[in-house]
This record gives sequence, C-alpha cells and structure tokens, in this order.
Amino acid sequence: MEILVCARRVPDTSENEIQLNSAGSDIERDDLVYSINEADNYAVEEALQITAKFGGSVTVVTVGGEEDEEILRREMAMGATHGVLISDGTFMGSDGRGIATILKAFVQKGRYDLILTGVQAEDGGAQVGGMLAAMLDYPFASLVNSIEVLDAKKLKISREIAGGNREINEIDLPCVLSVQTGINEPRYVGMRGIRQVASVPIPTPTAAELGIDAATVGAAAAKVKRVDYFVPALGKGAEMLKGSREENIEKLFELVATKGGLR
Amino acid sequence: MVALNEFVPLGALGPASGQNLFLIIHVLGIFCFGYIIARRLVPLFRAQRDLRFDRPRERAGNLLKFWLAQWKHPRYRGAGTLHILIFAGFVLLAARAFIVLTADPYGLGLADSTGRFAHLYGIVTDYAATVVFACMLVAMVRRLVFKPARYAVPARFGKAHGGDAIFLLALIAILMMADSLFAAAQAAGQSQQGAQPEALAVLSLPKLLQLGLASFSLPTLSAFCAGAYLLHELTFYFLLCYRPFGIQFHVETSLFSIFFGKLDRGTLKPVRWGVPEEQLGQVKSFGVKTFEDFTWKHMLDFYSCADCGRCSDNCPANAAGRPLSPRFFTIKARDYAFQHYPMFRNAGNGQPLIGRIYSEDEIWSCTTCGVCEEECPLLIEYIDKIVDLRRGLVDDGNVPQSLQKPLKALESRGNPYGKMEKKRGDWAKSEDFAQTCSVNVLSTANGADTLYFVDSISSYDDRMQSIARATARILNDAGVNFGILGAAEKDSGHEVRRFGEETLFIALRDQNIEAIKGIGVERIVTADPHAYNALKHDYKDVPPVEHISQVIARAVKAGKLKFKPLDNAKGAVYTYHDPCYLGRHNQLYEEPRNVLDAIPGMRRVEMKRSRDRSFCCGGGGLLLFYEPTEEERIGVKRVRMAAEAGANVIVTACPFCMVNIEDAIKIAGLEGKMTAIDLTELVEQQTQREVPRELETAVHGG
Amino acid sequence: MARIFAYIIHKAGVADDSAAELIAAARAIDATASPTALVTGSGADLDLVCDGLRSSYTEVWKIDNHALAYPNAELIRKALVKVLPPQSIVLAAHEHFGIDLGPGLSIKTNATYVPDVLAIEGLDGGQLKVVRQEFGGQMSTHVQCDIASGAVITVRPGAFKPQDSARLSGNIVDKSSEAGTLTAARRYLETIAAEAGDVDITKHNVLVSIGRGIQEKDNVHLAQELADALGAAVSCSRPVVDAKWLEKSRQVGSSGKTVKPKVYLACGISGSFQHLAGLKGNPFIVAINKNPKAPIFQVADVGIVDDILEFIPEFTNKVTGMRRAA
Repeated sequence: MEILVCARRVPDTSENEIQLNSAGSDIERDDLVYSINEADNYAVEEALQITAKFGGSVTVVTVGGEEDEEILRREMAMGATHGVLISDGTFMGSDGRGIATILKAFVQKGRYDLILTGVQAEDGGAQVGGMLAAMLDYPFASLVNSIEVLDAKKLKISREIAGGNREINEIDLPCVLSVQTGINEPRYVGMRGIRQVASVPIPTPTAAELGIDAATVGAAAAKVKRVDYFVPALGKGAEMLKGSREENIEKLFELVATKGGLR
Repeated sequence: MVALNEFVPLGALGPASGQNLFLIIHVLGIFCFGYIIARRLVPLFRAQRDLRFDRPRERAGNLLKFWLAQWKHPRYRGAGTLHILIFAGFVLLAARAFIVLTADPYGLGLADSTGRFAHLYGIVTDYAATVVFACMLVAMVRRLVFKPARYAVPARFGKAHGGDAIFLLALIAILMMADSLFAAAQAAGQSQQGAQPEALAVLSLPKLLQLGLASFSLPTLSAFCAGAYLLHELTFYFLLCYRPFGIQFHVETSLFSIFFGKLDRGTLKPVRWGVPEEQLGQVKSFGVKTFEDFTWKHMLDFYSCADCGRCSDNCPANAAGRPLSPRFFTIKARDYAFQHYPMFRNAGNGQPLIGRIYSEDEIWSCTTCGVCEEECPLLIEYIDKIVDLRRGLVDDGNVPQSLQKPLKALESRGNPYGKMEKKRGDWAKSEDFAQTCSVNVLSTANGADTLYFVDSISSYDDRMQSIARATARILNDAGVNFGILGAAEKDSGHEVRRFGEETLFIALRDQNIEAIKGIGVERIVTADPHAYNALKHDYKDVPPVEHISQVIARAVKAGKLKFKPLDNAKGAVYTYHDPCYLGRHNQLYEEPRNVLDAIPGMRRVEMKRSRDRSFCCGGGGLLLFYEPTEEERIGVKRVRMAAEAGANVIVTACPFCMVNIEDAIKIAGLEGKMTAIDLTELVEQQTQREVPRELETAVHGG
Repeated sequence: MARIFAYIIHKAGVADDSAAELIAAARAIDATASPTALVTGSGADLDLVCDGLRSSYTEVWKIDNHALAYPNAELIRKALVKVLPPQSIVLAAHEHFGIDLGPGLSIKTNATYVPDVLAIEGLDGGQLKVVRQEFGGQMSTHVQCDIASGAVITVRPGAFKPQDSARLSGNIVDKSSEAGTLTAARRYLETIAAEAGDVDITKHNVLVSIGRGIQEKDNVHLAQELADALGAAVSCSRPVVDAKWLEKSRQVGSSGKTVKPKVYLACGISGSFQHLAGLKGNPFIVAINKNPKAPIFQVADVGIVDDILEFIPEFTNKVTGMRRAA
C-alpha cells in the first residue's frame, strides 16, 4: 500500500512560550523550537504500522523551504521511505486552499492508495485534508482515531465524536484521512537515526515540475490572510482573589457555599 | 596417606579391572567436563568484545580480596559465615581430593605421607571435611525450615529452586562422607594390619567413622575403602559435570568473574569496546537486542550467579514491586543461554530478548542505584547490561511515550522540561536573592577559578532552585571565586546516557565541554551528584570536579565557615540519606556527615540502610518522568526507614532525592511529622555571618 | 448581500445549541441578516427539528433522505452542493461534524473556507474581518477573508452568544427532491459509545476538575478528597486521560463529555477551548492555577493564583472543618 503523509513544520507549542514580537506584527520567532506538527507525526507512525503489516512504502511530503527539510529527515529516520519537499517562491503566502492545490498536483503525479494528514496544525484550521480530498474527489474522514485495513480497496475507520464516542465508518480507497493525536504510540527517533538518513536525497519539485499554475497559489490567490497577531485585552475575566492563602480559602468557601457548591 | 595399592588389595575388585575402572572414570569424567565447558564457551566466542585484560595487578588484588578472602560475604552474617567455611573447606580439600583421586595407583610416590606437613595437612583436611559436612546439614535446615525470604521464587519467575539446592547440598555432603569414609576405612585397615595408621583428627568425621569401622574385618574394610573411593570419584565427577548446568557453576566461574570484574565504579561501558566514538556511526546496531550482543564477560556473569538473592533483596525497584528483580534478570539470561546453546544440538538463532525473557517495563524500571553490584559476592555487573538493553530499545525507537517528551526537550532545549535556554540562569536573578548574592555568568571575558555546574533540575525547578541559591551563598561564604555557565550550560546528560540515548548524551556532553573549556576554570563544583558523576566519569578533559559537601567540609576545617547552633526546641532529629551517586558510586560517605556533625546541637541518627547500603530514593533525571508499574513508591519505603530510625528530618545531598523524598512524605501521609532538607539548605541556614548579607558579592573574597 | 445559511446539527429531534449561536454569527456579518436554516436528516426526528427551528429562523430548508438518517458529511456535502445557490455563505459549528463537512464543501462550492471563528468584526465590500486563535489559544489573530464568491464559515461553539429576538414564524421549504439520490464512498456503520465509568460526571452539580497541573497520578486523590468533602465528583481535561491518570469517562471537553454543573472548580487546568467546549450552562467557574497568564482566568468567575497541590488539601480541610462545625 503506498501511503502519502502530508506534514508541516510548526513551532513546538510545548517547548515554546508564544509571545508577540516587539513590533506586534508576528510572534517572537527568535528563540522558537520547531518540530513536525504533533498530529502529523502520529499520522506517519500510523502509516508505518500499516505498511509494516501490509507492505508498501510511506512518503512524507511538505510544502515549504530549506528549513522544513529537517522534519522530512526525522520522519525518514522513523522509517518513511521517501521525503519530498515541494518548494517554490510562488508558494509564499498560500492559504489553506493554496496548499491543498499544491498537494493535489503532487498527488496526481504519483499513485497513492491512502493519504494521511494530522487533523490540524498550529493555526487550528483543520482544512487541508478535507480540501485535498474534495479536489481529488476522494472520500474523506476527519478526526480518525483508528484505521483497520479490510482489503486492498476498503478501510474500516473510527472517528472521534462528542462524549468520547466513536463513529465507525467504512471508506473506499484511495481516500484522505485526517488523523487525531493518540491514535497510536509513535516510536522514538533520536539524533542517531537522523544522522543515518542525513545523506538520503530529498527531491524538491517546483511549481513548474508539478504543473501548478502560479495564479492559483501564493499570496495573490489567497482568499484568507492573517492581518496581525494580538493578545486580547484581558476583559472582565475572573475576579482574582489576591489575599493570603488562608484568606483566599475563606473567601472561596463563602462563594462556593452561596453558589450552591456544598451538598 | 598411603598409596592406594599399598593397603587396598585391589584384588577386591579384581587387579587390572580395579585400576582400569578408576582410570576410565577419571578419563570419562574429565572428558565430559571438558566437553561441557567447551559447549558453555561457545556463546562467549560469539559475543561482543570486552576489554578486561588490563591492570592485571589490580585484578589479582580483587581476586585475593573477593575470591580468596570472601570479602563481601559477611554482609549477610549467617549465610556469609556458612559460605566462608564451605569455601575454605573446599579450597583445603581440593588438594586432598586431587590426591585421593589420583591416589597414586601406580606407586609413583606422588603423595608422600610421611612428613609433618603431610600429617598437619591431614588433620586440617579432616576437620575441613567435617565442617563442610556440618555446613551442608545446616544449609539444608536453613532451606527447609527457616526459608530465608530472599531465596523465594515469585510465581512469575517459575518454580522454586529449593529442590535443586537441597539436591546439590546433599551431593556435597555425600562427597564429604565418601572422602571421610575412605580415610576412615583406610586408617582402620592399617590399624588392623598393624601398620602405623594415619592419625585422623580428633572428633573429626573421618575419626568418628574410623571408630565405627574399627571392628569390621579386613576384607570388609577393603571393600568400604574401594566403595568409598568409587563413590567419591563418581560423586566428584558427577558434581563436576553437573555444576555447569546450574547455579553451582559459580564454583568454577567465580575465579574468572571476579578476576575480570569491573574496576571503575560509576563508569559505563562504551557502546562497543574497541570502537572509538568517532566511528560509532559505522556501528549498525546499538545496544543489546539479542543474547549475542552481550559481551563475553556479561555472559560469564550469567553463568556465575549463585542464586543467593542478595541483589534482589536490596534492589529498590524489586522492593517496590516493579517487574525488575536483578537475580532473575541474571537467571533468565542464564536459562536462555542453556536453552539456546545446548549440549548436543546446534545453537538457536539470535532472537530478541525484549518480549521474550525481558519486558520493556522491567528494563526501564532500574534506577541504576548500583546496590546489586555492591552486594554481589561474584562481582556480577548489572548497570552496564541494563544500559546496553536500553541502548537497544532506543535504537529500535521503542521508548515509552512518557520519556519521549523529555528526551525531545533535551535535544531541542538542553533540559528535559522544554524551558528556554536563556532562562537557565534565572534562578540567580530572583529579587530577594540577587540583592544579597550576585552570581556571575562566566565567559571567556569574565572568568573565575571555579565553575558551579548547576544542571537542569536545580536551574529550572521552582523548588530545587533553592538548592542552587543555597549553594551559591555557601560558595560565597566560603570565599570561593566562582561563576556559572548560565544559558550556555546544558543538561549534564547523565541520565540520558543511562537511559540508552548515547548519541544525545554525546551531543550534550560535547556542548558542555566546549563551554567549560571556553571559560578556563581550574575546578568544578556541583551540588548535584548525578552531574558530579557525569563530570567525573562520563566527561573527558574537564577540570577536576568536587561535590559541594567536600567544599563545605574543607571550609569548615579551615575555619572559613562557622555554624550557629541549631534551635532544637522542636526536637528535630536528623538522619542523612546517602544519595546513590554521591555515596555508593563515588564513596563520598563521610564528608556530608562531618559537615552535619560540625553544626552545634546536631542530633543525628543513622538509618539501618546507610552508606554503601543506602536505599535509593527512587531515581533521578529521566526517571522522574517515567511511570513504572509498582505497588509502592520507592521513596515511601525510604521515608518509612527514616521514621523507623527515629528521625523526623531527612537530610539529602541531591535534588532528585529531595523531589522523591518530599513527594514520598506527602504520599506516606507523614506531612507535619517528617520534613526533608538539603545539605546545602541546612548549611546555608546555619552559617554564621559577621558581614551583613547585603554587602556580599560573588567575586568578593577570591 | 449573499444569502446566509446556517447548517443545523441535531440529535433525537432537538436542535443543537449552536443553532441559536449561528444566528448571532450571521448578524455579526450583516446586522439585518435573516439566515436560512439548513437541516438534513430523515423522518419524524427531522420534522421535529424543523418545526422547532421555525420560531427562530424565517426560513428552514429541509432535506429529508433516508440515506441521511445518520449525518454523514460525505453525503450531506453532495446534497448541499446541489441545493445551495451560488456564492452562498454557509455557517456551521466548528465541531466534529463541521470539521468533516466544511473544507470539502468550500471546495465544491468554490467558496472561501474560514474555520473556527471567535468573533466577526464586519463585512466591508467583499472582505470579512474575523478573529481566530492560533497556537492552542495562546495567540489571537485578525484575519481578512475575501468572501465575494461565497464562504463556508465555522464558528467556535459558545463564542457567539445567542441574542434575544422576537419569536418568528418561519416556513419550512422541502428541498429533498433537489438533493436527489445520494451515495458516497464512505459509509456509516455504527457508533460505539464510550465506556461508562463508575461515575457519570454529567449528573453532578459540582465538579472538581483537574488538569495537567495535578502533575501525577498519585496526586489525584487530593481532588477526590475535596470532591468527597463537597459532595462533588472529580472530572478532568484531556491530558489527564491521555496520561491514564483518570478514565475517559471523566473527561470534560469537545472529545469528552459535556457537563452543565452549577459550580466548576478548574484546578491546574489551563483552559484550552477544547476543554471549555464541554462546559455549558453558564456555571460558576473557579480557576486555581500556578500560571497567572493561564487562559482559564479569562473565562472564570473567580481566580486564584496558587499551587493546587498545596491549595486543594488546605481547602479540603476548611470544608471538612466547616461542615463538622455546622
């Protein structure tokens, strides 16, 4: 089974403090640590587990620049056979639809049975997977938390829905699935593994090589643009209790009692 | 001692046949033994290299200390005494056995029995046989009646070993009996013949038997003699050939396991002996995944286990109910070796050990405290094997999720918490502190004599930062010219290495070495025993490192630090908990105690498990992130030990001990009844200062 | 002005709360807007929902199809594509269904997709200005969207407060025939309910809820003791379940349970929107957290900056002490 995983390099939210830069135009990027989007990593692990059982190979693709290569190397160290960096100046400023357009062109140059993405990245859009599927006319499912291969043409998947329930579906291949964190336990990849794949070539197709019309991607074609970053003025928010712990406990007890918190 | 044929008319068994029978048994026995040993050696030839032929004088010294003098045995008084007696008996009897066996059947005069030495030797060995025989009886009673807890076999490890133990004890008893019977019958026969018998030692087993046999006829005595001889020979060779199939193999292998034992505490074996670090990229597979990935010395260790259970008896992970039991770690590997390298068929293919004989949880459970190695009388090593197995797991990407996060954070931020590098030195900037004690961040432009290596937990953890601050103040008070690396410092990597992530460790280490070299200090001080051990043993080409307790001890002696008396109105009773990496691994037991005792009004008690028997707090570094399956927290057991000793304040000298003990106090429900304080915090608190704090700075004093 | 539609999710004949929120969102785009409800389903339940929506929507488009008895986004998308006029603006709730439907729908209707919107600042020409969040809620952003040729906009549940408005008398338009027959390469099989735990947190009026700040499994008992003293139950946020310190049945949030307590003590919970999405009914929220910048303090009624590992046991003592005295 040939599996393609679409991945993205993002600032690692757990190891960074996200703050506004002094100009207020972007987040402070100087001290940021980047890594592959967590959900995409789960997707790669899932793909590896599927190919380990059923054969085939895993390709990890990302749209970006040189600095994004490191996530491809990391996933190849994890076991992905191929890493591809789609890179072109005309891609700068693409919105979700633009990215999906680029990926669609790449998918159509190859033959993939299954396409996986992480359910969402740091911008919380959760859109590229669904868009890509619609552009390719492949069936789609989001928030997938388990995948079972029924045969070469069908999968049985479960989606995470409200209340912790699971919605079980059957879906035909080829399809696109966006994968939720926690679907599996990704294996560890250390520096040694990455060193061992350090010299594996990573193709970098351009817009021309993929036959992408520059008018459909990039900032010019983007219909959704981020104007700025800001930290919302702390509105009314909570009434902060500022006394000593004892005083706070007293006050809190009173409040809880009046609000019906004691039974 | 008389040559056999002088007394025993071998005609009793037929002239030629008698001698030949014995000869055949000798040859068969030795041949079998040789074959068995050759088969046992097969896996060792397939194993990894291990460089153990260096420093022969030291090794010979260890042999004398641990093998001949049985140095570790008295740590368990009862069993230890028994074993020393048995061992001494065996050594003494070995010569006699040789003589009995060869018995000079061809009258070559090998055993000249007429000298005083021979007579003395005879007396000694008579008693030796008696003592060994008696010890066998005592040992059997111990096994059957008293059943010491450490011999018990938990159900998950298979059936009990008691039966096999009794069998072997009985065989040795029979051996002694046969030996004594032979001497007795011989002496009785000689008496009857009128020849001057070999005088057997008074009240020895042979003597008692001789008295019993005195009335028997010569032919009967001759038969007894031949019979005893045959029994002895058969039993001897049976034991010789049976020993390599079980725990008694240690009789032969102990010499080697001790001679080739590890000489340097606190160090770790490299990924591959003989492969320098620069060439590690060419090594296809790191760590131990199959049995053959172990080194020959490790395999020898597996053969050498005597199943005494001392390791597991002291292992904190085992006590807490974790899946790890060092004794069975070894026994399982030994059984694997026996199964996969059988006597007659070909060896089985190397199969992964994890999932077969070991579980992952078992391997991650080890705190590397080293008490198992400290106790083992055979100098069997554990830490290197566990680390090698972890290297294999890491190589395969098989790392628990709970550990992946801190490892990733260490890779990107140089600390397991994922906090920003530039904040590493912020502990020194807290307002109240900075006003009274300024701490310099060293660089090529801004140097000092001494580097205070803080390491990650004391830099970033809110609670442990107080240890860093206390240490800085102490260094100030002691007039030490010091500074810190600040943001340039990375985690020492001590646990990273012991968790099998060698590559990440090397990266962290190299960054630290470069930073340290850049500032040109003469020595390093740390309050973190894990950092201490790393800087001392895992790092090369760095200035000598000391633990803060050594600095304090010296300063107290030189009068640079004076202490206020403790206010003992609250009846505080202190006990010192030896951190594994300060105490056992580096043998720094006395300095912290001397420091404590220098504080006027100090009331201090010792826990039963102290110094080299200190009970690990539960482990540090990455272990704080791992979630093992266990019945009770290791730290809780330790806290209860402190309460048992009559203490209500536990003094530690390690931030990880502090984390575990403070947590344990809460979990054990002893809040309010037990507190913990770090050595540095206590010292800082009790230091007498004439100069008001506000005027102190780090560079003052010099 | 393009026509605004609100896709309504429903269960057992009752429309989801988001139905009212979507009206508020529509009004934020255009104050005079009168959005049309879009409802799909089958049979009596569907009729009940449509009937109920008439009082708040002027027009309710109903698509009744046997295949839509269970809401399968793949099928519904096909139906909507046939039914929606060009350049429509479709609003939906940003939850597990909206996430499934939205992106594909936007491509097939050639509309702009604007997901997970927290606030809508206004429409200027064909440009809509909205507020979104990034980095797990740590940063807000203003986003400009060209919706001249239509839009699919999903809104964060709870972000738009339903407005009081006069009771309407909308009419139901049956669009079922336009939708036609529906097939898709994804077929619904069944729903597997989450394992019922020993405690049903949805039935409790007071919840002591713990997050990552509880630090380890061995501290969970502190929350339980407080819950016992208060006669409450212990619930938690997702990280606690991921770490296996509590069972899934205790999780409050978009992928866990929805609760409507009177009093909610959020201890060591940062306040991610996925967690808060499970908190409905306007409870009295108390937030205790070491980090004064935790987003939870934005939504809590009362906040205390303190270490929960120390605060909780002391508060428990207070409660037990006062109860004994009472």
